[in-house]
Amino acid sequence: MDDPLVIANREFGSRLIMGTGGAANLSVLERALVASGTELTTVAMRRLDAAGGGVLDLLRRLGIDVLPNTAGCRGAAEAVLTARLAREALGTDWVKLEVVADEQTLLPDPVELLDAAERLVDDGFTVLPYTNDDPVLARRLEDVGCAAVMPLGSPIGTGLGIRNPHNIELIVARASVPVVLDAGVGTASDAALAMELGCSAVLLATAVTRAQDPPRMAAAMRAAVDGGRLARLAGRIPQRFWAHASSPAPDA
Amino acid sequence: MKARVNGEDRELADGATVATVLDLLGAPASGVAVALDGEVVPRAVWASTPVREGAAVEVLTAVQGG
Repeated sequence: MDDPLVIANREFGSRLIMGTGGAANLSVLERALVASGTELTTVAMRRLDAAGGGVLDLLRRLGIDVLPNTAGCRGAAEAVLTARLAREALGTDWVKLEVVADEQTLLPDPVELLDAAERLVDDGFTVLPYTNDDPVLARRLEDVGCAAVMPLGSPIGTGLGIRNPHNIELIVARASVPVVLDAGVGTASDAALAMELGCSAVLLATAVTRAQDPPRMAAAMRAAVDGGRLARLAGRIPQRFWAHASSPAPDA
Repeated sequence: MKARVNGEDRELADGATVATVLDLLGAPASGVAVALDGEVVPRAVWASTPVREGAAVEVLTAVQGG
């Protein structure tokens, strides 16, 4: 692990955080998770009688750490309760905090999000908030003690990629916690771009689980995250308007 | 007496506890959490926490998501 991802003093060899949502069945999910190389994977909290059991056993068997989310929560109080239930059920104080404003956009509600983040940090949680690509809000989340900030590239499940790369760069430029690009990734180049912009990791689910061949797309995302990270560390050439020959000038 | 368990009215014996409700649902030994009237009930006190008439019990577990 010569370039680990470090969040709240925990090290991860993989910079790809996977979600488990959207997979057709647990067998496909298992192959995709293995191909992705992920070490941390999100789950949602739902009523016991709802469909979808078995995912915890799968993650345990694969040795992948679980990151509960608060998906579906519409207000701070509901998100805080869900996080506390997840902590009780799963024995982790890490939470991917999601507080969405409406079902059509699934965009984070910034007011409720910040309120929930502050309450959960005060309650001892390691909070990883899913946030808008808003550099000001990202700063505010960091200020209340979040362990990372996770701005969206575009709305959840759209696969529209990173619609405002400059905002992601602004967030990265001022953050002293890891920035995880979360939501909107559609294909491998989106994940690579996130890393080239300076994100510390990428969190994605739909792009893999609903691809025609999820395990193959998981492998693509893994390679893209690695490639983007290497390119970021290598330092890209400046973009220029006019051509610039790489061969010597012709002999006169 | 009646209580609302995961959104459904359930008939419970007098003296029922959170642990009784979990047995009723066939809950697994790990990976579940309980909220009683909007407050988390820690595992250690499931057997000693009574469920009263009209209470709302939510029993959650992890599913695919996110």
